[in-house]
Amino acid sequence: MDRVPILVLGDVLLVSIQIDLEDQLALHLQEDLAEKISASSAHGVIIDITALDIVDSFVGRTLATIAAVSKVLDAETVLVGMRPAVAITLVELGLTLRGIRTALNVEHGLRLLRDLRAADEFEPDDEDEVTADDSAASR
Amino acid sequence: MIDVEALGPARRQEIAADDDVVRVRQLVRAAAVESKLSLVDQTKLVTAASELARNTLVYGGGGYAEVQPVSNGRRRGIRVVFADEGPGIADLDQAFTDGYTTGGGLGLGLSGARRLMDEFELHTEVGAGTVITAVKWER
Repeated sequence: MDRVPILVLGDVLLVSIQIDLEDQLALHLQEDLAEKISASSAHGVIIDITALDIVDSFVGRTLATIAAVSKVLDAETVLVGMRPAVAITLVELGLTLRGIRTALNVEHGLRLLRDLRAADEFEPDDEDEVTADDSAASR
Repeated sequence: MIDVEALGPARRQEIAADDDVVRVRQLVRAAAVESKLSLVDQTKLVTAASELARNTLVYGGGGYAEVQPVSNGRRRGIRVVFADEGPGIADLDQAFTDGYTTGGGLGLGLSGARRLMDEFELHTEVGAGTVITAVKWER
């Protein structure tokens, strides 16, 4: 069984999906990423889907789950490189990808993660951190 | 039945395992490219086919997909047929409701696929199976 490789770039994990994402492969990626975040204490995950020519509801759900799991492990996930046709299709399909951040490409994704980290460091480390973090992200 | 004239041979793919869903996607994509569907329409068609193929596997217990270039006299298109001999769908209204699922998915497969296609016809019989016929026309 193939695996999607996960690259470590400082405190960011970079995943570039280069093959047709079979359901099992998507689930393996979800598990591998959680392990890798935990082992590397990464603070950000960038998933590059430039090569994906479709994102159906299964892949969409897996990506949203990856983002949610990362969040619990204190890492932000940014989905980058979505093709315009894929974006149009996703909207028509009814998939909203809630809780997942997007950026145009890897470079923008890295910048977004850096900005989020910087904003986070200025926030007081108290019980309200989650709400503060959310409002910072939506700016 | 949707009134169409076949323009070429129907190609069939058995759906019995996860990787067959990927094979269905590849078969449908190849047919869409041959028929010169626009990139957005190709993406919508392949995404819908992916949802329906997974439904055939997960809910229908497996079956087959058939892909055929067709025409209605004015336009060319691709017809896809998904057939299984599974338990059938007891409540169609419910099955077409966004977010309703009995299989742990997002409940977007059937309703989303119908939105992405131009023609959509579903025949189901409880205890006997389900046949879905759908067409995507060129713009």
